[in-house]
Amino acid sequence: MINFRKLLSASVLLATLLLSSAATVSTAAAPANTKILRYASQDDPQTLDPHSANLTPTNRVISQVYESLVARDKDFKIIPGLALWWSNPDAKTWRFKLRPNVKFHDGSPFTADDVVFSLERTLHPLSQLKSSVQGVASARKIDDLTVDFVMKEPNPVLLNHLYQFRIMSKIWASKNNALTPQNYKSNEDTFASRNTNGTGPFSVKLRQPDVKTVLVANADWWNNASKEKGNVTQVEMLPIKSNATRMAALLSGEIDFVLDPPQQDVARLKADPNIRIAEGHEARIQYFAFDQFRDELLYSSVKGKNPLRDLRVRQAMGYAIDVNAIRQVVMRGLSTPTGSIVPPGTQGYSKEADKRLPFDREKAKALLTEAGYPTGFSITLDCGANQPPADICQAVAAMLTQIGIRTTPNIVPLANYFSKLQKFDTSFYLLSWGATTFDSFYTLQALLNTNSGEQSSNGDSNYGRYSNPKMDELIGKIKSEFDMKKRDGWIGEALLLNQRDIATLPLHQPVIPWAMRKNIEANFAPNNIAYFFRFKKN
Amino acid sequence: MLAFAIRRLLQSVLVMLAVGFIAFSLFNFTGDPVALMLPPEATQADRDEVRKSLGLDEPSYVQFAIFVKNGLQGNFGISLRLGRPVSQLLIERLPATLELAMTAALLGLLIGIPMGIFTALKRDSWTSKVFLTGSLIGVSLPNFLIGIFLILIFAVWLGWLPSFGRGDVTQIGYWSTGFLTQSGLKALVLPAITLGFYPVTLIMRLVRAEMLEVLRTDYIKFARARGLTNHAVHFGHALKNTLVPVITITGLQLGGLIAFAIITETVFQWPGMGLLFIQAVQFADIPVMAAYLCLIGFIFVSINLMVDMLYYVVDPRLRVDRATLGGH
Repeated sequence: MINFRKLLSASVLLATLLLSSAATVSTAAAPANTKILRYASQDDPQTLDPHSANLTPTNRVISQVYESLVARDKDFKIIPGLALWWSNPDAKTWRFKLRPNVKFHDGSPFTADDVVFSLERTLHPLSQLKSSVQGVASARKIDDLTVDFVMKEPNPVLLNHLYQFRIMSKIWASKNNALTPQNYKSNEDTFASRNTNGTGPFSVKLRQPDVKTVLVANADWWNNASKEKGNVTQVEMLPIKSNATRMAALLSGEIDFVLDPPQQDVARLKADPNIRIAEGHEARIQYFAFDQFRDELLYSSVKGKNPLRDLRVRQAMGYAIDVNAIRQVVMRGLSTPTGSIVPPGTQGYSKEADKRLPFDREKAKALLTEAGYPTGFSITLDCGANQPPADICQAVAAMLTQIGIRTTPNIVPLANYFSKLQKFDTSFYLLSWGATTFDSFYTLQALLNTNSGEQSSNGDSNYGRYSNPKMDELIGKIKSEFDMKKRDGWIGEALLLNQRDIATLPLHQPVIPWAMRKNIEANFAPNNIAYFFRFKKN
Repeated sequence: MLAFAIRRLLQSVLVMLAVGFIAFSLFNFTGDPVALMLPPEATQADRDEVRKSLGLDEPSYVQFAIFVKNGLQGNFGISLRLGRPVSQLLIERLPATLELAMTAALLGLLIGIPMGIFTALKRDSWTSKVFLTGSLIGVSLPNFLIGIFLILIFAVWLGWLPSFGRGDVTQIGYWSTGFLTQSGLKALVLPAITLGFYPVTLIMRLVRAEMLEVLRTDYIKFARARGLTNHAVHFGHALKNTLVPVITITGLQLGGLIAFAIITETVFQWPGMGLLFIQAVQFADIPVMAAYLCLIGFIFVSINLMVDMLYYVVDPRLRVDRATLGGH
């Protein structure tokens, strides 16, 4: 027989034990000179392999550990990194003089062999970072501290691309059988997906996927004397998926920094005396695009012709969007309206091309009537199921319906959204585009060049299949023009053409808030990556 | 008994295959993992290459056949999100989920049974009424809401307990336990209460109802007539006979706790299998989703099997019935 009185008292005892042990724990005091930054965001890095996945959560860790030949300063200007200087001895060659006395985290010296090896690893078929060495065919070691890049096609803005090119130790990689990026099909996990060996300001001390990644400051970093250097000696990168929990952890002081506070909480956080918000513009544009290819739209009431091929209809849509209402209501102030498909600060950005059609409903209706749609028509607007795009689509659908274009928003889970667009299975869609290289060429080529199928990257993400020979010609010129002044001129022309043709309809540039405890000082970076070496904890 | 066990076992295998197949077919609608593995700025050539390297260019029935064949050998492929073998990931996450589910189940038993007895014996006391009303809240409030309330009170306002994570864990062989460190125990409190809320109320109500039922039966009256003490009647006779349904429900609940820890794990960023699954769904990480659903199916099937066997042992009537049936 079971004695229930005993059981009862035992359970009470257990409960008290649990609670009392819990209540008496105090956090262990760290030595005075260690400054630990506890950082949280909703995503965990997928892999630590610097050449395997080109995903932002991964880049957020990799950028602390691995470095490139070039670096960017606080204002995102290109400065020397692992290369001291560079030159173009001829049109097909870039020469890099490497920084001497740089050591990898394991103590091995950094030489030209590592650069040549890293280039080969980046160009490997399994690598997703080939765009970081756009146009480069191979590398040649000249001496221990000199490397030549041989180009297969010209790239006037190679340095902008190279910022993402990460250098890994050759000796380490061959010792640990990690000479190629991760291969998913072989059912093996490579050593380099869980371990790192770079030259950067931090090294990875502990990696527990979905739990935490611990970074420690590299005491032998070549750039430790940098003026931009903060004082953080250790970083705990914690993924916290649930928005409410992440904010609770920040408010309770369990973490110091949140990369992605939910938009609706930002106003409240600003009122909290213990919290600081750092805001900045992300180098990204949210824009609409149209099926301008088909003779009849897939998702519209208009049969026998494509209303979106009529410039007046696209203009009407531009006039119908009240971008300030979107900014205030949907974005809660966290956006800057734009007329340009590249954000300010991008190489080639032109103020002249950054003009929006004003919000004018009457004008919009008049244009529709002129185009032959006095009673309007119906259409489906596709957008991804993440926030804020889903809310933007709802708002814009209502605005377009008011001028007679009866718009139905179709909100698609992200995992399906891109494959839908890649099949051109859309009439009208909202997307965002990051200026990852901080140069206009990549954006123009991917979004506005005529889609040339699978053979080249021209018009790769031009899912509306806009096509204008004049645009293609300009993009071709920009691609190989080394005279920056001339090149900026071509870019400006292309941007103006986009505006005139309404090839795409840019909406706004998002403002990203970072939330942190008052004792943290952080600089916003336009690629939305927190560079921990610049962080200060008081 | 043996025939019974073998029959149940065969049924279980069929159930497992069905679970696997349905799960796998569903995954074809969760989306294209390649789209999420690459940034929107990637080129078409990049996409094709990755798709091919993942074997996603094969038709889905071929993918399923390969999955079953490899799964039988314990190889569930590589997680597309984390790039590591799925079986290894599940083994790593299993202890966290099991410790949480077991603690919640234990809470259910240790608090639910005494509360059930109390409310059955002292039906009219105000404490019983408070318990019963409280249990209604436990049954009706969604899990994540309880979790967020607890976080707000104990982490944000009072600052006593952590709002997320599992604290420091100690590695014992393959098993990582949070029971041996203070921060581990501290981190366990809120998630275990959140997850245990429902079983506590369920078991309490079950024990109460069964107990009331039993207290009305003739043998209890006879026991009283024999002059036994209240204590002997209540705990020796009445409670013992209420436990049969409690065993079934607790068993099934344990399966449920492991499977539905997903929500609690997400709220508390508890690094268990549920969190792994949720993130796999968002990433369309097919190998992880398939392996997880098969594992959960397996846990349910084996718990059911065990409960059936236990029934057989606990309830002598089942044995008698079967014996007489067999005799005819």
